[in-house]
Amino acid sequence: MQQTEFLDVVLPFKDKMFRLAKRLLTSREEAEDATQEILMKLWSKNKVMGNYKNVEAYAMTMTKNFCLDRLKSKQASNLKLVHSNYQDENVSLQSEIEVNDSLSWVEKIIAELPEQQKMVLQLRDVEQYEFEEIADLLDMKPTAIRVALSRARKTVREKLVQKHNYGIG
Amino acid sequence: MELDRIEKLLEKYLEATTTVPEEEILRDYFSNEDIPVHLRAYAPMFQYFSKAKEERFTKQLELKRKKRYMQWISIAAVAVLVFGIYFGNAYRDQKEQEKAEYAYKETKRALSLLAANFERGTEKVAYLKEFEATKEKIYNKN
Repeated sequence: MQQTEFLDVVLPFKDKMFRLAKRLLTSREEAEDATQEILMKLWSKNKVMGNYKNVEAYAMTMTKNFCLDRLKSKQASNLKLVHSNYQDENVSLQSEIEVNDSLSWVEKIIAELPEQQKMVLQLRDVEQYEFEEIADLLDMKPTAIRVALSRARKTVREKLVQKHNYGIG
Repeated sequence: MELDRIEKLLEKYLEATTTVPEEEILRDYFSNEDIPVHLRAYAPMFQYFSKAKEERFTKQLELKRKKRYMQWISIAAVAVLVFGIYFGNAYRDQKEQEKAEYAYKETKRALSLLAANFERGTEKVAYLKEFEATKEKIYNKN
C-alpha cells in the first residue's frame, strides 16, 4: 500500500480516532500525539492491513487500547490529567464564563464518568455507531453496552437537571 | 402530538433502547430554539453531541519514522562504550606489562651489582685463605 493510498483509507475515520482519544485523555495535545502515534503504527502494518476486514474498527480498537494504557501508566506515575482545555480553538479569555456555558458543562460531566461509559457514550451519541459495532470495538456484550450507555445518559441528564435548577434558582 | 413523541423517545433514549435514526430525531429536535421549559435541561446534551462531532484532527500527519534516529544513536553509543572498555583494558594490560618489565630489569641490575660486589669480596677472602695456609705451613714446620 502506498502512502497516498493509506491516507485515503484512514481519512474517513482519523477524526473519530482523535475524538475518542480526546474523550479519554482530555487534553487536545495528548489526543493529537496519541492519534499520530496510532496512525504511525497502522502505517507500519500497512502490508497486512488488506487482511483486516474492517480497518476502521481495528483502528478504533487500537485507539481505545492505546489511550487506556496511557491512562494506566499515568496513574502509575501519579501524574494527573490536566483538565484545562475543554474549550479549544478559541483560547479562553474568561474561563469563568465558559464554565457557566452549558455545553462545556456537558463536557465536564462526561469527563467525570467512568472510562467505559465515556467510551460507549462517545461511540454512540457522538459517532453514532450501532451496538454491534461498539460491541466489536470495545470487546463487550451488547447488553453490557446498553446498560453502560443507559447509566451514562441518565447521569448526564441528572447532573444537567441539577445544574439547570440551580441556574434558575 | 410532536411533543408527546419526543417525550416517549427521551424515555427510550435513557433506557438506551432507541435506534440511531430515532436519536437523530432527538438531536434535530433539540437543535431548535423553542423547547418547552421542562425539556430544556436536555438541550445542552444533544447540542453538545452535535458540536463534539465537528472536532477535527488537524495535525499534519507524518509517516516518516523519526524514532529510528534515536535507535541508531543508542546503538552507536553502545558500540562506542564497548570499544572503549575493550581497548581501555588492552591499554591497561600493556602498561602493566611495561611496568613488570621495568621492575624485572631493575631487579636484575641490582642483583648483578650485588653479585659483582660479592665477587670482589670472595677475592679478598681468597687472600685470607692464602694467609691461613701459609700460617698452617709455618706451624707445621715448627
